[in-house]
Amino acid sequence: MREMIVSELNQALHELARGFAHFLPRLIVMLILALVGWAIAYFVKVVLRSVLRLIKFDKLSENAGASQLLSKAALPSATEVLSRFVFWVAWLGVILLGVSVLGILGLQEQVAKFFLFLPRLFVAMFIMFFGLLAASFFSRAALLAAVNANVPSPRVLSLAVRSIIIVFVLSVVFEELGLAEQTMLVAFGIAFGALMLGLAIAFGMGGRDLARRFLEKKIVRDKKEENEDELSPL
Amino acid sequence: MAEESFLTDDFLRQLMNVGEVDILVGLPTHNNAKTVGSIVHTIQTGILRGFPRARAVIINADGGSRDGTPELVTGVSIDDARPASNLYALRTLHSISTKYANSSQPSNKVAFRTILAAAELLRAKACVVMSPESANVEPEWLSKLLGPIYHDDFDLVTPTYSRHKFEGLLITNLLYPMTRALYGVRIRETYSPEFGFSGRLGTQFLGQNIWTDATNGTGVELRFTLAAITGKFRICQSFLGEKIQIERRSADLVPALRQTVGALFSALEPDFPVWSVVAGSEPTLTNEADHGVLLEPLRINRKRLREMFSTGVAELESVFQSILSPATLAELQQIARLRDEDFRYPAELWVRTVYEFAASYQKSVISRDHIIQALAPLFRGKALTFLTENRNASAEEIENNIEGLCREFERLKPYLLQIWKSSE
Repeated sequence: MREMIVSELNQALHELARGFAHFLPRLIVMLILALVGWAIAYFVKVVLRSVLRLIKFDKLSENAGASQLLSKAALPSATEVLSRFVFWVAWLGVILLGVSVLGILGLQEQVAKFFLFLPRLFVAMFIMFFGLLAASFFSRAALLAAVNANVPSPRVLSLAVRSIIIVFVLSVVFEELGLAEQTMLVAFGIAFGALMLGLAIAFGMGGRDLARRFLEKKIVRDKKEENEDELSPL
Repeated sequence: MAEESFLTDDFLRQLMNVGEVDILVGLPTHNNAKTVGSIVHTIQTGILRGFPRARAVIINADGGSRDGTPELVTGVSIDDARPASNLYALRTLHSISTKYANSSQPSNKVAFRTILAAAELLRAKACVVMSPESANVEPEWLSKLLGPIYHDDFDLVTPTYSRHKFEGLLITNLLYPMTRALYGVRIRETYSPEFGFSGRLGTQFLGQNIWTDATNGTGVELRFTLAAITGKFRICQSFLGEKIQIERRSADLVPALRQTVGALFSALEPDFPVWSVVAGSEPTLTNEADHGVLLEPLRINRKRLREMFSTGVAELESVFQSILSPATLAELQQIARLRDEDFRYPAELWVRTVYEFAASYQKSVISRDHIIQALAPLFRGKALTFLTENRNASAEEIENNIEGLCREFERLKPYLLQIWKSSE
């Protein structure tokens, strides 16, 4: 009995040693890949950072309003964030390639999923960035138009334009990422509906006096200005 | 002759039938049926009186009128002008009308390009552009705008007018002082719907790349004047009398800023080698009076100007942070808080504001159109100060005040150069 146990234990240890000997080269390959991956990712990060600085990406990001969001979140500049993000994605990608070399069943499928997800992630980031850029541009355009037309509360109008565009962009981003599509669809519907309802109530109830004053001012001014000479700037 | 490509075949055929001309009158129109008939009649009378021996043509570049404007232009007969003036032309006076391409949106740029291309094809010696929106065009205007070119070999004749002291504030408070300080030439009306020019200036301008640059679509008249200055062409001014426009456009401040200030700012970048070395300014030869000032009282809503200035400064703070220096913005916020009776936008601050806007426009810190729009409320503040300071001023006092502002623009030019170079 004792001999049998010793024999089984020896066999198990033997197999473990053989398995480890079989696994060790793969592990070393994976570690080498991770090391090489780090070097590649670091190189990509340095090159990308230089290119982004060259094209004044921080300025573009500032115009998009992304820089303000980053500074509020105590994050570094947009150039730094993007280059670090690309570094981690590249390194993680190479590490996962190395992991797939290990031949662990089930893990390979997850690695494949990760690589399929990457293009969608980049598209979502692209949409997010240009969405923020569009939100910033159109909200500023609305603000300037409202100020020059002497419309009351121009900043509220500008904020409303920005909010609507950002809500819309976020819904597209989440849909692109495939994250809780149904939930996002419903959430978008609720948020958009609530915004419109809120505006309707605000104008109808809360802004009753404001609307009255605005109309009075508009009508009275128009009547009054009929009797005033107008100046031509040119 | 590459300009032929954008002209229609029919228009080219009509031009070929005309042959060479001495004088070309350009008339850009868009739904001007109410006035265009009398303007064409006046033009014909002006040619009969001033240039009876010249071969002349009227070129109407129409932006897609739907009220029969082109038919009215070609339908006015020279015979209508003859009995009234008791004068006879020794040559045929042609009238040609063309609807330029993409006529859904009338464009001064395309209309002017059409006129310049026609002038080049017809080898016109002297050309004049007349506005269908001026209510009091006189036949003598033709002689005043064409004469210096036709007889005295000038290349550009810009008009001067008698204006009410509070009309054309954008010209007196920004365009005139700034072009004078930067380009060193004192031209009162750098942006005018009526002006005369020589065939060689027209051909030179036609060859510039302004036509393909989408950002330079507006203010082509001002770019033309600046091209004449930078090209060292011979320029003079002619006094035309009182300027009365059919439509007063006080509400159109932002489009006016785009057409004038936008065009000026966009010209500063390519013209930097010219204006950066200019110091001081020289007067321009002027026929008759330099200009006139009318002093009748006007009822103006000063409160609204004040309100729009203060609202603009408060609401556009985030926009101004991108355009102006912190010191200038702080001073603007300070004067925006002043009581109505104490309100004053000092000349030095106004000049610094304009120069910082110009530098920001060059750097494109935000959308260039947004920069121009953001200037509107600040200009209203400056306009209000001008109105207040000159409420009871005589013509001479007003002229002194404008001269003072011009000198301020010239004095602070090094500041513009400094902020301009810091952005390079």
